[in-house]
Amino acid sequence: MASRTVTCTINGSKKEYVIDVRSSLSDMLRGKGGLDSVKHGCDVGECGACTVLIDGQPFNSCIYLAVWAEGKTILTLEGLSDKKGTISDIQQAFIDEGAVQCGFCTPGFIMASIPIITKEEPASRDEIRKQVAGNLCRCTGYDKIINAIEKTQHKRIEEKMAK
Amino acid sequence: MKIIGKPLNRVDAKEKVTGKAKYTGDLVSPHALFAKVMHSTIANGLVKSFDLEEAWKVPGVIDIVTCFDVPDIQYPTAGHPWSTEKKHQDIADRKLLNTRVRFYGDDIAAVIAEDEITAHEAVSKIKVTYEEYEPILSVEAALAPTASTIHEEKPDNIVVQSSYEVGSFEEARQEKGLIKIEGHYETPIVQHCHLEKATSFAYMEEGKIVVVSATQIPHIVRRVCAQALGVSYGDIRIIKPYIGGGFGNRQDALTEPLNAYLTLRVGGRQVRLEYTREETFACTRVRHAMKFHIVSYVRKDGTFAARSILAYSNQGAYASHAHALVANAVNGFRMMYPVGAIKGEAYTVYTNLPTAGAMRAYGIPQIGFALEAHIDDIVRETGFDPIVFRKKNMMKLGFVDPITTIECHSTGLSECIDVGEKYLNYREKRAQYANQTGPIRKGVGMAIFCYKTGVYPISLETSACRMILNQDGSLQLQMGATEIGQGADTVFAMMAAETIGLSMDKIHVISKQDTDVTPYDTGAYASRQTYVSGMAVKKTAQVFRKKLLDYAGFMLNKDPWDLDIKDNYIVHTNKDKHLLSVATVAEESCYSLSNSRHISAEESHHCSDNTYSFGVCFAEIEIDIPMCQIKVLDIINVHDSGRIINHQTAEGQVQGGMSMGLGYGLYEHLDFDQKTGRMLNDNLLDYKLMTPMDTPDLHVAFVETDDPTGPYGNKSLGEPPTIPVAPAIRNAMLNATGIAVNSIPLNPEKLFYAIRDAGLFK
Repeated sequence: MASRTVTCTINGSKKEYVIDVRSSLSDMLRGKGGLDSVKHGCDVGECGACTVLIDGQPFNSCIYLAVWAEGKTILTLEGLSDKKGTISDIQQAFIDEGAVQCGFCTPGFIMASIPIITKEEPASRDEIRKQVAGNLCRCTGYDKIINAIEKTQHKRIEEKMAK
Repeated sequence: MKIIGKPLNRVDAKEKVTGKAKYTGDLVSPHALFAKVMHSTIANGLVKSFDLEEAWKVPGVIDIVTCFDVPDIQYPTAGHPWSTEKKHQDIADRKLLNTRVRFYGDDIAAVIAEDEITAHEAVSKIKVTYEEYEPILSVEAALAPTASTIHEEKPDNIVVQSSYEVGSFEEARQEKGLIKIEGHYETPIVQHCHLEKATSFAYMEEGKIVVVSATQIPHIVRRVCAQALGVSYGDIRIIKPYIGGGFGNRQDALTEPLNAYLTLRVGGRQVRLEYTREETFACTRVRHAMKFHIVSYVRKDGTFAARSILAYSNQGAYASHAHALVANAVNGFRMMYPVGAIKGEAYTVYTNLPTAGAMRAYGIPQIGFALEAHIDDIVRETGFDPIVFRKKNMMKLGFVDPITTIECHSTGLSECIDVGEKYLNYREKRAQYANQTGPIRKGVGMAIFCYKTGVYPISLETSACRMILNQDGSLQLQMGATEIGQGADTVFAMMAAETIGLSMDKIHVISKQDTDVTPYDTGAYASRQTYVSGMAVKKTAQVFRKKLLDYAGFMLNKDPWDLDIKDNYIVHTNKDKHLLSVATVAEESCYSLSNSRHISAEESHHCSDNTYSFGVCFAEIEIDIPMCQIKVLDIINVHDSGRIINHQTAEGQVQGGMSMGLGYGLYEHLDFDQKTGRMLNDNLLDYKLMTPMDTPDLHVAFVETDDPTGPYGNKSLGEPPTIPVAPAIRNAMLNATGIAVNSIPLNPEKLFYAIRDAGLFK
C-alpha cells in the first residue's frame, strides 16, 4: 500500500492529509476530514449522494481519486453554514419546502444545486431537473427538491436586482 | 386544533440539511474490522467444501467463517410481531450461512479482516466446490411435477396455500344474463432502492452483543438475532440511528444476525458489515412478483354477481414474510369491491431467485394493478362508465369485511374520485381520446385503492411511549416507533405538543432507538405508526399533562381539574390568563425542598382495531407509438387518510409514493440470467430508478375525513400512494390506443411487442 500526502483547501481551510493512494476523495473527506455529510450510496458514481464541489463544479467524490484533489478547492455541505453555524438559503429552502425525508441524498442534492442557484439567468424546472439528474432520491419524488432549488434561485436573482 | 393539521417543518430537517444527522456508517469506529460475505455463484445446490488456504494467506485476515461453522439453527427473518402460538410463527428456513444454496448470491462464508480491501481480496481467494442442481427460476418451474425440492420442509415448493369464499361463487355465476370477463395480469420483481445500502456494525459491551443497524424494526431485529444465535433476548441490544430509507426492505433482519455472530467470533471487537449496492439489490429483499387470473360475472345493471381470483406469488429462496403478501393481495381484491360472491385462492412458491419480502404497500400494488386493470377491461367491454361502475361496487361506509372483520369507519373515496375527475377533466378527455389515429396519441386513466391501517387482527398491534420533563418545561419524547424518513418523529412531536398544550420547541424527540432504553414498539411498517403509536403518544401525553396539572394545582392551591395548559402556561379552564408557566412548574417540581417529584409518563397502547384509507390516481399520458414510449403529461393522487396531521410531510409521502408507482408502472424490473439465475441489473444504472428527469410535477390533494378510531382522526398514509399509479398509467394507455397491456412495467420493450401484436406499426 502506497501513501501520499495531499494538500488542498476544504471548506475554506488548508488541509494536508496522508492518504492511501487507492482512496477516493469521498473516503478522504469522511475518513480524514470527518465530513460525514458526504454519503456513499453506490460507490460507483450512480447515485450522487457523495456530490461535492471541486473548484466550483459538482463531482461524484466516490469516483474521484483523493490524489487528484492536490491543489484543489473543495466544498462540502459542512462548508455552507457560516462560522456560527447559520445555515445558507438553499439549506433553509430544503427545510421550508419539505424537500427532506430520509435525508441521505440531501447533502448531495444541495451541493449539486449550487451551480444552478449561483447562475444569473433563471433556470426552468426542466433545466433544474436536468442539472440534478445525476442525483437519485427514492423518498420525495423530487417535486419538493426542485421547488427548493427553484425558489432559492429566484430569490437570489431578485435580491441581486434589488441592489 | 392548534398544531395538528399545520404544514410544519420536520423536526429533523436541520440535522439533515447540515450533514449532522448520524447514520449507521457515520457512527462506526475507524478501528472497526470489516466483514465481507461470500455469496454463492450458483442458484441451486449444495456447498461440498471450501479451500481457504489462499484466503488465509492474505495479510490482515482475522477470521474466516463458513457455512460449516455456524450454529445449526434455522431462524425466521420477517419483521412480524412474534406469535406465541407455534402455528402462526414465521417460517424458520435459513441459517446464518447456508450449506444448501438456494439462490445466486446466497450467504455461504464470511471473512473478517483489518480493512475493506483485505476482506474483499480474501473472499475472492476462497475456492468452493458445489454440488449443482438445475436452477428453478419461475413459479411454473417450481410447481412442475418433476421439479426438485428447494426446502425439504416443503417438498412441493409451495410455502403456503390459502383460499376463501364469500357466498357461493358457483351458484352466483349461474344467474341469467351475466357478462363474463376474465384476464391474466402479472407484476415484476422490483427493489426498494433506499439510498443507504444495507449496513450494520456490531460489538460487545458489558457482556452483550450490540448491533447498530439501519433497520425499521429494532425490537424485532433483537428477537431475530437472539433466535439466530440461540441466546436470550436480553443478551442482544439493537441501536437504530437515522436511516437512509427503508420502504419495507428493512422490515426484515438483513445483515444483523450474521453481524452479531461475527463480533462473537472475534471476542467482541467491532465488526462492520456493509453491503455494496450490488449486494443490497441481490442479497437483501425484493418485491414479490405475482400472477393473477381474475374472472368476473357482471350484471347488466353494472354490479358484480360473482368474482374469483387465483394468485401465485414468487417467494424466491427464503420465506421471509412469505404468504402474508399474496394473502393481503387476494384480501384486497375482496375488500375493494365487496359485492356479490367472491372467492380467492393464493399460492406462495419457493424459487431459486432472491428472497422477496415486505415492500411499500405489501402486496397491494400487485393486486392494485391487476384489479384496476381488470375494472377498465370490464368497462371497455360493457360500455359502463368507469367512475359510475367503480362507485357502484366499491366499499362503502360501515362495510365489515366478513373474513378479517375490519370495518370501514370512514370513507371519502367518492369525494376523492370527484376531486381527481374534476382536476383532470377525465370523462371529457376519455371520450375525446377514444378514437385517435396517428403516431402520437393521448390517453387518460384512473385507478382507486383501499388500504388497511396496521396489521390488526392478523397480528399484534402494540406500542409504547415515554415522556420525561426537563426543568425548563420542555420534555423528551421517546418512542419505540421509528423515523425512517417518513416524518414519524415530526407527527409524534406535534401530537405531544397538541395534547399537552406545549409549543413544538418544547418537545425534544429522541430519534434514536436503543432496545435497552427505548419503550417497546414493533416498528415502521404497515403505515401503522401515526395510528397505533400515535395513540400511545396521545395516552402518554394525557397522563403527563395530568401530572403537570396536579403539581400546578399544588403550587397554586387550586383543584387541578379547574386548570388547563395553553401555549406553555397554566391557565384556568376556558380562560387565557397565565397563572404560571409550565417552566416554573417544572423547575419547582424538580427542586422543591418540600415536594420534589420527577414528572414523567409512560403508557402503552394495545390496538385492537383497524380502518381503511382510500385514494385514487388520475393520469394523462402521451404515447409515441413508433418509439414505444409513454410520457406522463399530468398526474394527481387524491387521498383520504383521515385527518392529515402535517400537510407538508403528508404531501411529501404521497409524492414519493407516486414516483415509486411511476417507476413500477413504467420502468422498474429486475432481470435474471435464465441459465444461472444471476441478477443482471443489480445496480442503479441498469436498474431504471426514477430520476429527476423522469418524474413530472406530482399533484396531490386530500379529502379529509375524521376517522373515529384514529388518535386524531388519522388513517394510513405512508404506503398507499404507490398503489394506484401503475394501473392508472396502464388504463391511460388503453384509452389512448385500445391496447390492454396486462403486465408491467410498460417500458419500450414491452410496448414494442404489445403495439406490434395490435398491428399499430404502419
